[in-house]
Amino acid sequence: MDRVDHFLTEDQQMIVDLARQITDEMVIPNRARYDETEEYPLDIVEALAKSDFFALFVPEEYGGLGGSCYDLVLALEQIGRGCVGIATAYAASALGAYPIIVGGSHELKSKYLPDIASGKKRAAFALTESNAGSDAGGIQTTAVLDGDEWVINGTKQWITNGGHAHLYTVIAITDPSKGARGASMFVVEADDPGFSCGPKEKKMGIRCSATTELIFRDCRIPKDRIIGRQGTGFITVMKTLDRSRPGIASLGVGLAQAALDESVTYAKSRYQFGKPIISFQAVQHMLADMAIETEAARALVYVSARHIDAHPKDMSKASAMCKVKATDVAMKVAVDAVQVFAGYGFMREYPVEKMMRDAKILQIYEGTNQIQRNVVGQELNKEYT
Amino acid sequence: MLLIDTEACIGCGLCEDNCPFDAIHVVDGKAVVNDSCTLCGTCVDHCEVAALAIERDESEAIDLAAWSGIWVFAEYRGGKVAQVTNELLGVGTELAAQRGVKLAAVLLCDQSGDVPQQLIAAGADIVYTVEDPALADFSDDAYGNALEDLARKYKPEVILAGATAIGRSFIPRVATSLVTGLTADCTNLAIGDDGHLHQTRPAFGGNIMATIMCPKHRPQMATVRPMVMKANTPDPGRQGEIIVETIAPVRLQSRARVVRTVFSEGEQLNLSEADVVVAGGRGLDTREGFKLVEELATLLDGAVGASRAAVDSGWVGYPHQVGQTGKTVASKLYVACGISGAIQHVIGMKSSEIIVAINRDPKATIFDVADYGVVGDLFEILPRVIEKIKERRS
Amino acid sequence: MRIVVCIKQVPDAKDVRLDPVTNTLSREGVKSVINPYDRHAMEEGVRLKEQYGGTVTVISMGPPQAKAILSEAISCGVDDAFLVSDRAFAGSDTLATTYTLAQAIKKSGAVDLVLCGKQATDGDTAQVGPGLAARLDMPYVTCVKKISAVEDQLMRVERMMDDGYDEVEIDLPALLTVVKEINVPRFPSLRGLRKAKAFDIPSYSAADIDADPDQLGLGGSPTWVVKVFPPECKGERSMIEGSLEEIADKLAGILSDSAYGA
Repeated sequence: MDRVDHFLTEDQQMIVDLARQITDEMVIPNRARYDETEEYPLDIVEALAKSDFFALFVPEEYGGLGGSCYDLVLALEQIGRGCVGIATAYAASALGAYPIIVGGSHELKSKYLPDIASGKKRAAFALTESNAGSDAGGIQTTAVLDGDEWVINGTKQWITNGGHAHLYTVIAITDPSKGARGASMFVVEADDPGFSCGPKEKKMGIRCSATTELIFRDCRIPKDRIIGRQGTGFITVMKTLDRSRPGIASLGVGLAQAALDESVTYAKSRYQFGKPIISFQAVQHMLADMAIETEAARALVYVSARHIDAHPKDMSKASAMCKVKATDVAMKVAVDAVQVFAGYGFMREYPVEKMMRDAKILQIYEGTNQIQRNVVGQELNKEYT
Repeated sequence: MLLIDTEACIGCGLCEDNCPFDAIHVVDGKAVVNDSCTLCGTCVDHCEVAALAIERDESEAIDLAAWSGIWVFAEYRGGKVAQVTNELLGVGTELAAQRGVKLAAVLLCDQSGDVPQQLIAAGADIVYTVEDPALADFSDDAYGNALEDLARKYKPEVILAGATAIGRSFIPRVATSLVTGLTADCTNLAIGDDGHLHQTRPAFGGNIMATIMCPKHRPQMATVRPMVMKANTPDPGRQGEIIVETIAPVRLQSRARVVRTVFSEGEQLNLSEADVVVAGGRGLDTREGFKLVEELATLLDGAVGASRAAVDSGWVGYPHQVGQTGKTVASKLYVACGISGAIQHVIGMKSSEIIVAINRDPKATIFDVADYGVVGDLFEILPRVIEKIKERRS
Repeated sequence: MRIVVCIKQVPDAKDVRLDPVTNTLSREGVKSVINPYDRHAMEEGVRLKEQYGGTVTVISMGPPQAKAILSEAISCGVDDAFLVSDRAFAGSDTLATTYTLAQAIKKSGAVDLVLCGKQATDGDTAQVGPGLAARLDMPYVTCVKKISAVEDQLMRVERMMDDGYDEVEIDLPALLTVVKEINVPRFPSLRGLRKAKAFDIPSYSAADIDADPDQLGLGGSPTWVVKVFPPECKGERSMIEGSLEEIADKLAGILSDSAYGA
């Protein structure tokens, strides 16, 4: 046993093993190419769909395999170990589906979830705008009811899976007078009239995952595409992000593990002064810290995921804590990995350079780590009344 | 089954060490065989105290003497006799001489023209010709039935065919119908002192050679690798007998019909005929690494070859594969880069005149067949060599 | 359509090495895997089922350990699997193998299509597919790289030839052997793995498939392996040594002289 044993069930181990196999045989051999070409990794996303990974986050009654947070975390950790960009292209569908899962009516769920579970349709989540990132109060996209249709206008920014998703869960203001209680969520399909995607953004890391603007110009959708009741948009967004953040955290664990694996292997084979550099204490201590931090992050992520599965109404703090810890660790370990590789680490020929570029987004997306600390702080404030 | 004489067995473990299948172990000082045993006989050969034997049925099955003559299936497609047919007539000439019998070619086609005479010039004493429109395109049913019927009528002791797409497709069917043995992809054929055909081919994943015979069934059948045997120098004046045969129409009906044939001459890779082949293997690490091989090949006006590992990794297409399951080459110069030298590969290139091997592992078996060997890092050596060749040429 | 796919357990080619000391195959730590070509046959079977309906059954002849590859097949989308296993099969050459497989297939019921890999990577004979077709009295096409159309009693396929390809129309029931170009095999699925875990793979003996003992194993095999030996070495070779510059210089000379003539 080379890692800390988390006593996974046979079924959980099966998820890990299959995700590992796909990662080793398909993700890792192709990651450098996808990073270079910035192409959307459609073949890998489709392979994951065929292997039921899109069913993993969908409840059983809608064609899924249960929707446990822990299961998804285990899968994402492995894929993230291979490539956070490819893993993001996959995880974005879970994020896009969660609003329907947590807030949608039975009809809406029946209509969309089975196709998401089978991978036939990919989803995307659309919150961010140019003036609304961490502060969701700045949302300017509007939805107005016109007879039997909602008419949406506005522009969303930096939407993962833009142009590659079949359906988008979008938040828009339905009653400007009510502030946060005046927002609602909708399902927009890729071919709805008045909907279009902008060009793909050029990013520092996770380059193969598609990030685009979504443009709504009098985009008309049927009335029943609203997710939950009018005015519940923010609540749906908060519940969605609470569920999805452990997934981002697990990408951090996967990336940290990969950076550690690469570093130890390299340190054993790189000779300086007639010795492998792992025999120098300066290097050993770096590697030790990387390993300690990675295991600590993994333990917090796993425990948080299990907590979330057991206590679906009390997940904010656990979700925020594990996201901060694991993604900060990923960044630190990736930077240290480049240092262990030194000059070679700076070269694109070796994988740690990409890991360092990819790690940064983990501290930013699905709520910056500063906002996560706010969440933890607010929860503490509530707890100690 | 494998017989173990526990009295004779001294528990030395030679059988265990040599078993390719991990099927025999020494337990409490005696050899014990398990279910993985394929009765390949390796342990029997290695046992120094004759404690092992394979029990075989020693009864005589058929009247072997009733079968006589060496046959070669003449592969004829697109108006051309396949080169391997000439090679088979070359080795067939030797086998027929050793057995003191005649060498015959079997030609199945719609119009034979002067092909029978070509076959005679290449060494055939007799040409059995079947002309029928049903034989215009290759068909497993029609070709299989025709060859089977002729074999039943004339009872040859040996039937050889090229290990080509056609030969490998329909010959197994003929062997099955005739209830006889067939050895695929032979690289050596000889008549043993026992009068049987000894057929040698790479076995067990291509890492070891096996000699196989078919002692109690006739005909003895084999497909033979192209480019391995030597053809006779054609003798246009050579005399031979042409026997025209007809096959019952019902036997030429085919349940699988060729609708269209597409010859891919434009994209066809002339690997088999290239004078220079630069080949890469697993040691190139990536598709990017493999590009070095392509660059060197272009520079030397050569073709690009690859080991199975490189093809399986997707760095280059299957048509570039050299080896037992790919192409056989006999180039003037063969440069093996990062190829370990599994027999599966070596079998396809060892007839090359000059073999240069570059590998980081000094123990790589590729050096066993090389004329020049370099132990080192391809990624350092190849770029420098490419530069230097460019300098020399400018 | 009832599809039967024949699969074989082989040592993973990546792992097989020749022991430099004993010159024999070192199988230590060698994994057993599904013959790579058979994976493509399995995948094609599952795709045909998904497109045209029907069932896919995989069968394997081999030792009891071969149940592992049948279980893997279940996890990759096939419906049913069984093993044919008996010590009486030991020493089978391709003739005895095709007899055994044919008996097993006949025993399993009527079949519309039999799929095999072009060849197995441990034997590389490519004889079992055509031989099995002869035993089952089915038409067959080898080295199929594409199934372009499926009709009621007919299939249209593309067969790889040495100089291009043939488009062939074949009557059903039939047997096809496939090459790697035909598809990209899928990974197992999570549902498939759960199914495989619960699936108890039956094993049939020689008696279960009504086999004639005289046609099995060593006794039913006309070919005998009489000698196994390591391949010959070429002997003399010169190793080029020295600094990188020296090596590159000499090598460039040898390559230029051999390729362009001195």
